[in-house]
Amino acid sequence: MKILVCISNVPDTTSKINFTDGDTKFDTNGVQFVINPNDEFGLTRAMWFKEKQGATVHIATVGEASVEPTMRKALAIGADEAIRVNAAPTDGFFVAEQLANIIKDGAYDLVVAGRESIDYNGGMVPGILATLLGMNFVNSCISLEVEGATATAIREIDGGKETVQTSLPLVIGGQKGLVQESDLKIPNMRGIMMARKKTLNVVEPIDATVATKDAKFDKPVAKGAVKLVNSADELVDLLHNEAKVI
Amino acid sequence: MSVLVYTESENGKFKKSAFEVASYAKAVADQLGSSVTAISFNTENNDELGAYGVSKVLNVTDDKLATFNALAYANSIEQAAKSESTQVIIVSSSTNSKFLAPILAAKLKAGYVPNVVAAPESTSPFTVKRTAFSNKGFAHTEITTETKIIGVSNNAFGVKENQTTAAVETFNAELNDTDFAVKSIEIDKVAGQVSIADADIVVSGGRGLKGPENWGMIEHLAEVLGAATACSKPVSDMGWRPHGEHVGQTGKPVASNLYIAIGISGAIQHLAGVSASKTKVVINSDPEAPFFKAADYGIVGDAFEVVPKLIEKLKEFKAQNA
Repeated sequence: MKILVCISNVPDTTSKINFTDGDTKFDTNGVQFVINPNDEFGLTRAMWFKEKQGATVHIATVGEASVEPTMRKALAIGADEAIRVNAAPTDGFFVAEQLANIIKDGAYDLVVAGRESIDYNGGMVPGILATLLGMNFVNSCISLEVEGATATAIREIDGGKETVQTSLPLVIGGQKGLVQESDLKIPNMRGIMMARKKTLNVVEPIDATVATKDAKFDKPVAKGAVKLVNSADELVDLLHNEAKVI
Repeated sequence: MSVLVYTESENGKFKKSAFEVASYAKAVADQLGSSVTAISFNTENNDELGAYGVSKVLNVTDDKLATFNALAYANSIEQAAKSESTQVIIVSSSTNSKFLAPILAAKLKAGYVPNVVAAPESTSPFTVKRTAFSNKGFAHTEITTETKIIGVSNNAFGVKENQTTAAVETFNAELNDTDFAVKSIEIDKVAGQVSIADADIVVSGGRGLKGPENWGMIEHLAEVLGAATACSKPVSDMGWRPHGEHVGQTGKPVASNLYIAIGISGAIQHLAGVSASKTKVVINSDPEAPFFKAADYGIVGDAFEVVPKLIEKLKEFKAQNA
């Protein structure tokens, strides 16, 4: 089985968010970038397929050279090869078309992408990708097994979960649950050394659709101070009469 | 050239979010000087949508679509969009809508913007406000394609009545076997339980509860309030509660009217996940817990003393206001 894991380079979850250039750009100053957590769950599941079923695992990222440290980390975790599409990821449609262009030539059986990236939260790359390629698609995937050409997945639904079955080639939008948090791998020294020697191919972007444009950003208005109350009585009264939520 | 809205349902009945997205679609249609057409699947009381400004309902009646199927639903909506010459499609932010909307976007070459929190700021250029950076910020996003898909964030716009008469038509799309290549085998859903996505009120517990055996009072409080239960990341990581209850940046976002956090200190990732909730209450024994800075109301105290008292007071309150 040949697997491609799509990796998004995102600010660490503890990052404070600021904007620059008249609030038109994300301020990367002092921000640590990491593998998008939803992608990391998928990458770790892909490593399981590599170890147990002999799969080959490639990763792909749409980004400029600055994303390479994140890609090297994915290689240090155990991916075999990497492909970088040399373009700033302007919107989800654009990213999906770039990835589709790589995938159509790569004969991948399984494409693993995160349900969404935790920065722009577009949540559209896996679905657009699958549709452009005519591959089967399961979103919000929390479990995946592959036997021959048959895939059994569990996806999260509001208030529960659904087990689905389909065939390869398949695209999944993965998330927490694909593997346990404790199974996530921290690259060891050997992995880091080996990653330096692995192939990182750089391909130039194709002309692609840009469907949306973030014109401006802002932050939520700061809240007033918390109202501390001493009793359950008082809280119930405030929730009813002031906040009007009960 | 109406605005098309996908109204979600369960067992033939519209979900609350269906009325919210219909209300939103009406606001967009008013801005565009157009009308609202809804597409619904195997629903019974389609004229209910008239109360929220829907003037036409395309009702798909097909047993094959009794269970949600993202590709088949997306294909049906695509065909409805074409037959109505729609340029704006409105969906919710449910897990199912977030599954089908990107498929629809690819088919229609439409810009899709999820997590939208307000009616369009302008229609030329078409600009909407949405949450980004896991609720730590907002983006004002322009959709530059001719066809546009908007995913409305739960509880952000609200349900707004706008009485009209809905003309109901049967609509059946042409579907192939390949549309059903992903087959549902089993659905595991606790009947009668409120889901986090649909809930007006969410009661959430953290590490301060010390162990899964203490969750009874969280469930009891949720039951009294008609709320959904949730938890912080460490709690789901330790297996005290299922992953589906994990609220935060890498878990579920919560946009309820009331969010009650019990024994949760308020890590930045957790606060990001709940910041869209309107009123936040925190109960924590540590007065320095970061959550107090983000909350509207707080009680500094031991959850094991405060929560039972709160349950008791809420029961009294409900008895008086029944």
